[in-house]
Amino acid sequence: MNTWDKFKVARFFQTYSVLVMIAALVLAMSLLSDSFLTYRNILNILNQNAPLAIMASAMTLVIIGGGFDLSVGATFAVAGVCAAWVALEIDPYLGLLIAPLVGLALGTINGLVITSLNVHSFLATIATSLVFKGVAIVVSDGRLIPVRLDDFTWLGRGKVGGVFIAVLVMVAFALILSFVLKRTTLGRKIFSVGGNEEAAVLSGIRTDRVKIATFAIAGLAAGLAAAISVSRISMGQASAGTGMELQAIAAVILGGTSIYGGVGAVWRSVAGVLLLALINNGFNILNADPFFRDLTTGLVILGAIGISVAGRPR
Amino acid sequence: MENPTPSVRLRGVGKSFGGVSVLRSVDLDIMPGEIHGLVGENGAGKSTLGKIIGGYYSISDGTLEAFGRPADPWTPKDALDKGIAIMHQELQLVPELTVAENVFLGIEDQKLGVLSGTEKDRLTPIVEATGFEVDPSAKIVDLSIADRQKIEVMRALARNARVIVMDEPTSSLSADETQRLHETMKKLRASGGTVVYVSHFLDNILEVCDAVTILRDGDLVRTAPCAGENKDSLVSAMLGGGRSKIAFPDKSRLKERQSALEVRSLSSTNGTREASFHVNRGEIVGLIGLVGGGRTEILRAVIGADKSTGGEVLVQGKPYGDRSIAESNRRGIVMVPEDRRKQGLIMTLAVRSNMTLPHLSSFATPFGRILAATEKSRSREAIEHFQVKPPDVDGDILNYSGGNQQKVLLAKWLMRDPEIVFLDEPSRGVDVGARQRIHEAIAELAGRGTAVLLVSSELEEVLGLSHRAYLVANGKVFDELVPEGKTEGEVLRALFQLQQRFPEASAH
Repeated sequence: MNTWDKFKVARFFQTYSVLVMIAALVLAMSLLSDSFLTYRNILNILNQNAPLAIMASAMTLVIIGGGFDLSVGATFAVAGVCAAWVALEIDPYLGLLIAPLVGLALGTINGLVITSLNVHSFLATIATSLVFKGVAIVVSDGRLIPVRLDDFTWLGRGKVGGVFIAVLVMVAFALILSFVLKRTTLGRKIFSVGGNEEAAVLSGIRTDRVKIATFAIAGLAAGLAAAISVSRISMGQASAGTGMELQAIAAVILGGTSIYGGVGAVWRSVAGVLLLALINNGFNILNADPFFRDLTTGLVILGAIGISVAGRPR
Repeated sequence: MENPTPSVRLRGVGKSFGGVSVLRSVDLDIMPGEIHGLVGENGAGKSTLGKIIGGYYSISDGTLEAFGRPADPWTPKDALDKGIAIMHQELQLVPELTVAENVFLGIEDQKLGVLSGTEKDRLTPIVEATGFEVDPSAKIVDLSIADRQKIEVMRALARNARVIVMDEPTSSLSADETQRLHETMKKLRASGGTVVYVSHFLDNILEVCDAVTILRDGDLVRTAPCAGENKDSLVSAMLGGGRSKIAFPDKSRLKERQSALEVRSLSSTNGTREASFHVNRGEIVGLIGLVGGGRTEILRAVIGADKSTGGEVLVQGKPYGDRSIAESNRRGIVMVPEDRRKQGLIMTLAVRSNMTLPHLSSFATPFGRILAATEKSRSREAIEHFQVKPPDVDGDILNYSGGNQQKVLLAKWLMRDPEIVFLDEPSRGVDVGARQRIHEAIAELAGRGTAVLLVSSELEEVLGLSHRAYLVANGKVFDELVPEGKTEGEVLRALFQLQQRFPEASAH
């Protein structure tokens, strides 16, 4: 087989392997357990993972643009404690609104740091994530902030027409980002910056602005996810969101978005979140040893990375 | 003298990629101690043939023998073990290691994994054999491309290579660097070495080769002694009966002298020094210089890719300060960069997206939604105009031939009828057919009143296309000349004189 065919096969797997894996898993699980393929269980899985799916959708844009954002977990924490604090002290609705705005601001700061210092986003966001975590502790004064107000908890717990509001928000957000990526000039520019930054610069694209936009969107998403999450557990805490950045990146890679940038799609990252969640859920339902859960998840991610590298354009 | 065994012997060799046959029943003998040229249009199979000899591609049909023994299995490592090395178009050196370390990379003297550090001593005999003057402790990253190629040659020799396949080694070399590489080949031959020389540059092949093999569309046309060939005979064999001469389109006649671009003592951070020149509407102006002479840098400074430190630029008589690529683009001043893979195209995007990238806002609503139908129809027009093959707006650019990628690159920059166009090596590494189409497009462009500034390492191309030209060296613009009636030799001599006046102009 020549390189051309290999490349096409690799790209096909990059695109659809996540769906194949989900289908295989659903099939296996529904044979093994009656409680798996129920409306309730599926809806619960979606609902539980709505915040992560929102973050993974935005992370897709960052990674396609050639970046990595390791600070979204910390952004989630800051936005969450801000939301809880504002909800208690000022107004619950304003609390829910402030979270995405805080996230947007922190994401924009990330973008400005990366482009003005001209460092790799990997390094910059490790640093800013520590700063953000510190900010979260300062805002919450190191304490839990309980918010038991119906005007606050509707976002995370409420339903419309039998479907959780959080799921609707997640679907809407993913659709919007998908549209931005596929149908707008910003989306095209994100692909070009990640695909070949030098060519993008020479095409007159202000690549710094494009990068800042992707990190701002990632921050906004982390804030929105925090609003849903804090509203659901009616509690703001500075330690929330830890590790979510890695889960989001894992989901994006599972979805076949190239870790080298330039290739990817939002819906596949959402599918990646679903795949991670299904593995998790499967282990819970089957009551299997949690050790094997991490092992399985790790192997699946390794496989996805292998596929991603195989399709790397020269 | 008895008849020597060929170093490499191919009998009925065929190669296909995924069902597409790119090489058919090739019979070829590469004799020891000869420089053997491989020529043909892009896609004729000459690189493929080189890679088969070097073990990078396996053969689909036929037999391959190396030094009289069947070459089976035949991987790059087998080839190297038997004494056949390949020098790639993209050089494969480790930039942060020194010359000596690169030459002996992987074959260092060592004890239990601890390096003995003898590379410099081992390098001495190779330096003596080749006559290359290279500092063994210099880092690759600090060397010019010509010097890097010498390191590649030395690397092959360090592995006792008796046959070296060179795939387009001169594509980024200036004329004098090419000369030096040719000297190297001759030295290799004198010491019994064999060189397989794959190149687009027919003059180079004719100058240095003993024998030449011409390929056309995967078929071997003939292998003949070089002495009996000339450029016309090679070109007509490559094209198969069609054109026998490289013809340039007629130069359009200039009526009015209306200044489109005037550059006054422009200096920049990238080494442009007080460059002054002008281009009129409808005029093609060449910048002639050696590689590394600062031609590209002048273009970059004018268009705003690099920061200027002094001087001014006037567009249609009005000063244009505070330049950036985006602003130049908006004013209809565009640059087609020299390296299409690195600077020109985005290999992960489709053809259409590559073409419209600089003009996205004109294919979108004020809110940034891309109007896909308009985008597609405009791209389709551009594809037809430049005869891009395959003519698919959503084609995967990665799988296009070099010539077609170059057409897409030109289409990208010309689809919105710019006022001023900078072309940096517009036909580098493309086949004769694509080159013809590109030359026509450049002439048409000027005919419509566009001002064109042309940089090319092929003097023939600059002289054949330009109305006027400037000699460039060391980031400065020197004498103006009219190409009409000038021979390549005269211009080269003028350049070398400049170079003598400014010796640092030839460095890097």
